[in-house]
This record gives sequence, C-alpha cells and structure tokens, in this order.
Amino acid sequence: MSVSPVTAPSAPVPVRLGTGRAHPVRRLLLWRVPLGVLSVALVSMFTYFATRVLPGDAASAILGQHATPASLARLRAQLGLDESAISGYLHWAGEFLSGTFGKSLSNGQSVTAEVMPHLVNSLVLVVVVAVFSTILGVLAGVLAAYRRDGLFDDVGSVLSLVASALPEFVVGVFVVYVFAAGVFSWFPAVSILPPNQRIWDQPEKLVLPALTLLIVTTPYMFRMVRAATIEALNSDYAEVARLKGASPTRLLFCHALPNAVAPAVQVSGLNLLYLAGGIVLVETVFQFPGIGLTLVEAVRTRDVTVLQFIVVLLAIFYVSLNIVTDLIVLLTTPRRRAPR
Amino acid sequence: MANASSIDDLTPEGVNVTRAPRSGAVGRVLLAALKTRRGKIGATLALIVLAIAFLGPLVPGPSPTAFAAPSFSKPGVPGAGLLGTDVLGRSVLARVLNGGHTLILLALASTALAVGLGALLGVFAAYRRGFLEGLLMRGVDVVLAIPQLVFVLLLMSVIGPKWWLLVLAVGLAQAPQTARVMHAAAQSVCERDFVQAVAVWGEPPRMVIRRHVLPNLTTPLMVEAGLRLSYSIILIAGLSFLGLGTQPPAPDWGVMVNENRLGLTSNPWGVLAPAIVLAVLAVGTNTFADAVARANLGEMRGEETVIAAAVTRENE
Repeated sequence: MSVSPVTAPSAPVPVRLGTGRAHPVRRLLLWRVPLGVLSVALVSMFTYFATRVLPGDAASAILGQHATPASLARLRAQLGLDESAISGYLHWAGEFLSGTFGKSLSNGQSVTAEVMPHLVNSLVLVVVVAVFSTILGVLAGVLAAYRRDGLFDDVGSVLSLVASALPEFVVGVFVVYVFAAGVFSWFPAVSILPPNQRIWDQPEKLVLPALTLLIVTTPYMFRMVRAATIEALNSDYAEVARLKGASPTRLLFCHALPNAVAPAVQVSGLNLLYLAGGIVLVETVFQFPGIGLTLVEAVRTRDVTVLQFIVVLLAIFYVSLNIVTDLIVLLTTPRRRAPR
Repeated sequence: MANASSIDDLTPEGVNVTRAPRSGAVGRVLLAALKTRRGKIGATLALIVLAIAFLGPLVPGPSPTAFAAPSFSKPGVPGAGLLGTDVLGRSVLARVLNGGHTLILLALASTALAVGLGALLGVFAAYRRGFLEGLLMRGVDVVLAIPQLVFVLLLMSVIGPKWWLLVLAVGLAQAPQTARVMHAAAQSVCERDFVQAVAVWGEPPRMVIRRHVLPNLTTPLMVEAGLRLSYSIILIAGLSFLGLGTQPPAPDWGVMVNENRLGLTSNPWGVLAPAIVLAVLAVGTNTFADAVARANLGEMRGEETVIAAAVTRENE
C-alpha cells in the first residue's frame, strides 16, 4: 500500500465558503414547514379514504342491523358518502379548515364538544409528564455520568434499560397493583371523572397515569444526558478546565451540561412525540378521560368523524413538534448552525 | 461524491465496516453479542419466555377455556391451580401457558414484514439517490407523521380485528422506522469506492445491493430486527389489551391483563402473571438488541442507535 498523499486520516474536509446556500435555520423552516403542511394533508387524505373507501360502506357498518333505507340515506348524507370520494374529501377538508368538525356519530354531540375537554385533560397529563421526566432525567443523567461506573450509575442504567423496554400498559397495571389495589391503596385505581369536571379538579386522579408515563419516558432522557455528559467530560476542554482547577460543580454545570442541552431537547421532543401515541394505552388502563381513551372508544364504536378529527389533530401536533424540536436542536448546537 | 469517502476509508471505523465478513456474518454478530454479559442476560430472559410460550401448550393440565373454579379464586382454592382462576373461573396457569405462542408468532411475522420492507426501501433509496430517494424518504416521513399505535388503530377500526391485518398493520407501521435507520446506514456504504467500482463495472443494481451493500449492513440490520421484534411484541400485546387483537375466549397475555383487571385485589395473579411474562419477554429482546448494538458498534454508538431507533428519528 503506498503512502497516502498529504491528508492525514482525520484531516477536516476543507470548508467551502460562500457556496450560496441559505442559513441553516432559514433552510430548515423553508423546507420543513411546507413539507409539514403536505404531510398533514396526506395524513388527512389517508385517514379520510381509509375510513371511507375500505369498509365498503361506513353507514351500514355503523347502523348495523338497525339500518332502514331512510336512516341509511340520512347517515350517508351526513357522512358525505352520497358524494364522490374526492368531492367528499374536499368538502370535509374545507369544513375542517373552517373549524367545522361535524357531529359525533355515537351520541350526536358536536365533535369539538366531545373531544376538547378530553384534549385539555390529555395536555395536562402530557405536560406534567414532560416537565418531570426532563428534570428527573437530566439530574439523574448528570449524576450518573459524574460518578461513572459507580453504584448509582449501574443501578440507574439497569433500571432505565428495564423500564424503557416495558410495554406501557404492563407498567400501568404494575403501578395500579402497587399504589392502588394490592400493596398500598394510596391513589384511585381509575381516573374516571364526572362529565363537567376537569382533571385539575381531582388532581389525585392524575398521579398514577402520570407516574406510569414517567417511568416509561424518563429512561431515554437519563441515557441520552448521561452519554452526552460523559462525552463532554472526556473532552479536551473539560481536561483544560480541570487542570485550571475548576471545581467539580463548575465543571459539571458550566462546562459539561451546556453540551447536554441539545440531546436533552431532542429527547424531550421525542418523548412528547412518543406520548402522543403512548397516552392511548395508559389512558385506557386508568380510564383517564383524555383523547387517547376517546380515540379507542371511537375505534370501538366506529365513530368515523371523531376518529378523523383526532388522527388529524395528532398528526398536526406530531408534525409541528418535529419541526420545533429540530429548530431548537439547531439553535443549541453551534456546530450545526454554521452554514455549510 | 467519492472524494470525502476516500478519506473515510482510512479511518479505523471505515476499515472495520469494510471488513465485515461475507458469509456467516449473522452468526458472528450474534456470537459477539452473546459473549457480553448484557447479551447473555437478554438471551436467557427471552428464551425462558419463548419456552413458556411454545412448550406451554404441551404441558398437561386443565383446558385454558374450561371452567375450573369460581371466578377470581386465589391459588389455595381446590381446583384453582397454582395461579388461581380468572374472571370467568378459568385456570390462570393454563391460560398463561397457552396465551403466548400466537402473540410471538404474530410479532415475528410483523417484524419480518417491517424489516424486510423497511430495509428494501431504505437501502434502495440510498443506492439510487436523487429524486427517487427524496420521494421515498419523504413518503416515509409522512407515514411517520402518525403515531404508530394510532396508525394501527386506524387500520384495525376500518377492517376489524383479523390476524393478517394485525401483522400487516404492525409491520407497515414499523417499516418507516427501519427504512430511516437503514437509509442512514446504507448511505455511507453506498458512497464507498468498492460499491462505486462494481456499479461502474456494470453490475445490475440488484446484484450490487445484494452482494456488496447488504453484507456491510449486517449489524444495523440485526439491531433493527431485534428492536422491531420487541416493539412488535409491545404493539401486538397492547392491541390485544385494547380488545383489537386476539379475540376472547382464546387465551392471550394482552387479553388476560385486560379482562382480569377487576379482580386485581381478589386474585392478582390473573393480571400479574401475564404482565410479568410480557415484561420479561420485552426486556429480554430489547436487552439483547442493545447487546448486539454495543458488541458490534461500540458502547456509545450502541446507546445512540438504540435510543434513536427506539423513539425513531436519526439526526439529519
């Protein structure tokens, strides 16, 4: 093998200046926002056509044996099934955009009146979980990285591996067994609320669903922050700081932690994305009145309008969260922010 | 595009990847994982549950669907068996022994679908580049804009609980994740000089991908397969729990957790026993996948792969 010319293996690829590409932040927004809108549009089409075309006829599926020709015709008109698929979709999408979401097929209430209170309950649950899992995960991750291979690190790593692998409904029933019906009975086992109440009226009913989701989401934060902090502590600049006599606290919180911000943000984003789907099972375990439970009910009763509304809502949440997470990651990672 | 990769070729990781053996690679990757403590623990846990699931139906005992003793009898009650009875008075032990094999077979089938389809899409996109790559990967983004479970629920609500639909829905819901990961992994391989060279010699793309690209992707493929398997198990068990998977009265661990919840105080085993086997299975497969990643990619990168694939999305 001949000696390779000049370039050492680790030599940086020369930076090309003035290539005329837009600033990464602008490029991200210019690309991702239209793409996000397109994604939501495609998801809505997929949802609409899946709920409309595949079952043969949603109307007869919903009415079942009680169908009379008159009631079938009425329901078809209500669902827009008397129109062609494409004009039906455009009609539905137009109404969706103008804020008219139709009526629930199972109880005739408007979809907003049916879903919105549950949406608020779910948001409270998700925000509580996101905040606590971030705090807990960052603290535990930094501590584990600082005392690497110590007892806390070992126990934490094993627990996080176990907890992150468990199915959320299994965690849920264990939590119920330990804290509600079995070992202790500290909290209510189910979170059913009277229809006119919100979850903050009875905060004790929030505890177990939140705890379950906390157990499932914290491990990712812990592992990512731990890995990022270890990497930072091993770096040259951390060594310099150490040699200059920086105290361990200063080293951890002024030198290492800032480097863990980007991964932490990314994992919070990922956790929120996960929660958008994860609440479905956990809310069902606790009969927690949120959109996850509403979605499962809508699937059971084939409540097409509620189903379409929730899926599109979740897709909007999902897509915008994705963009926001990437934007924050970009802003907290100077290396990637520089135009390439 | 080959200028950057020729430098990469000289880096230690680069050499390592190129050296991946052509035959028996799967065995070697697994063996490397089995040599680690993590790998041993993961494999043992998973094998214990697999044994329960597949040898369980051969164990003589009461039928999983027959009445044994009054509902929610504790283990001590005559006729109730070692784990007591469930909501309809059937033996919990018999139902645990018979309630796993369907779940695991369905999970294996959906994993095969997810990994096969995902790898095909991801690798093909990375090899072809250009417009088609953009189109395929943006399509993947669109499917990823619906939470997995919601995607599956949507499909299940439309057609109803059928086993083939379960496999199809769970497989399709997970294929995009695999496609993303494999796309990212294949990009660097496709840029390498030896791939470029055989392509220039005029080998058809199908052969280049099969003979030169795929053999260098054994490790990410195995990690993906392990992770997808553990997520398929979780998803399918979750669907059964929601009443959209295996239909009663057939025994199924997910169904059992759901139907025996009311008796948690009278006979907790009705819920705890299936929950524990599911937990052990999920932890076992996940730990093993983690061990495969760590043993073959190094600790830090293993960590990242697992996390990235777990919550799905690689950084640019």
